[in-house]
Amino acid sequence: MDYNFHWKPVIKALPELLEASLLTLQVAAISIVFGIVIGLGLALIRLHMTGPVKWLASAWVELARNTPALFQLFFFGFGLGSFGLHLSPYMIVLLALSFNNAGYLAENFRGGFGAVPETQIRASRSLGMTAFQAYTRIVIPQVLRIVYLPITNQMVWAVLISSLGMLVGFRELSGETQFFASKTFRIFEYFAVTAVIYYVIVKLILGASRLLAVRLFRY
Amino acid sequence: MQPTATFFSGFTLNDLWFLGEAALKSMWISILAITFGSAMGVVFGWLLSVSRRAGALTLAPVLDVFRSVPLIIQLVLFFNFAPMIGLRLNPFEAGLIVLVVYTSANVATVAQAGIEAVGGPMRRAARSLGMSYWQDMRYVVWPIGLRAVFPAWIGVALGVMKDSALVSVLGYVELLKASQILITRTQETFLILAIAGAFYFALSYPISHYAARLEKRWTQ
Repeated sequence: MDYNFHWKPVIKALPELLEASLLTLQVAAISIVFGIVIGLGLALIRLHMTGPVKWLASAWVELARNTPALFQLFFFGFGLGSFGLHLSPYMIVLLALSFNNAGYLAENFRGGFGAVPETQIRASRSLGMTAFQAYTRIVIPQVLRIVYLPITNQMVWAVLISSLGMLVGFRELSGETQFFASKTFRIFEYFAVTAVIYYVIVKLILGASRLLAVRLFRY
Repeated sequence: MQPTATFFSGFTLNDLWFLGEAALKSMWISILAITFGSAMGVVFGWLLSVSRRAGALTLAPVLDVFRSVPLIIQLVLFFNFAPMIGLRLNPFEAGLIVLVVYTSANVATVAQAGIEAVGGPMRRAARSLGMSYWQDMRYVVWPIGLRAVFPAWIGVALGVMKDSALVSVLGYVELLKASQILITRTQETFLILAIAGAFYFALSYPISHYAARLEKRWTQ
């Protein structure tokens, strides 16, 4: 092996890379919040509604689950661009991630709702709760407990696929890495450090989610 | 008067052929990656299930790395690393190697879960009927374990099929890369992206629904 590693430029760029990884975390976290809210809506629509609204929700879920994330990113980037809707790289990644998260989480929520017995809703209704109260106070807390682990996994997945942002010019961790790598041609060194940062981020998310689970559900 | 030069031309039937060819390439690299990756993954899963302590300390963290680092970073890293150790790989080979390792890391957990889904008493019963270790593996653990994790394996396989789109960053002209090339020439972004998306969808949707149906039937 006659390759000389040059780590110095990477060390020098480390503050920028860490700052960019905050952007990665930020976009992943916001997209997860959108994903949870929209996914909940999609799951409820698919469970309780009929007609074109249900059809649309099903189309969303199936498209998000059965096409590559990169395709979805290109679609929000270039596909919408052909309709004259030009989004910033940040918005492209955020929308594509939210679209993807919502589709995957909707299926998890559907399974979660299926796990809460119908009789509980009837019992809470007969105690005088409105349908809204029954859902927000009885059903959803239980569903959240069931889908907590899938949400954590989806958060990790969102961080991983946010790395595709570098292909649409978004300067999150991967994009920033590529920017520096193409300035210095130290591609391997930069991406090796970035791989380590991603690994640490994923482990931090999993660790934080475990701590949160202890507090929330007293596992 | 000089004829005006045209740089862009519309979408033709030839382009559909070009996309179809690229789709075949996508399928080919996916099939290879899933086949070899699953074979390796089953071996890893078996290793993890038999060597509880040693496997958890050595193999598991290594496989975990491939699941915790974005595939696109793995691809770029390996593609740039290979020449350092004197390997001359074209984008297809480099992409395939990374996809195989990535698949095996994901299949390993599935395979481990499958082996552990078969209860200890059942396996002791098989052994006490006079089966050898490998007979027990082949005739008891394999059919029961496969049943338990087959839908999960389909999920992994479909994930790899979709993730194979990322090999395009190395310059391998698979479906998504081909559609980008066409978009650059024809400027018909929406149409071409829709065709590419429809292809992935047509491949993934029936299989994932088949797996879901199977899962429902088997859990009854």
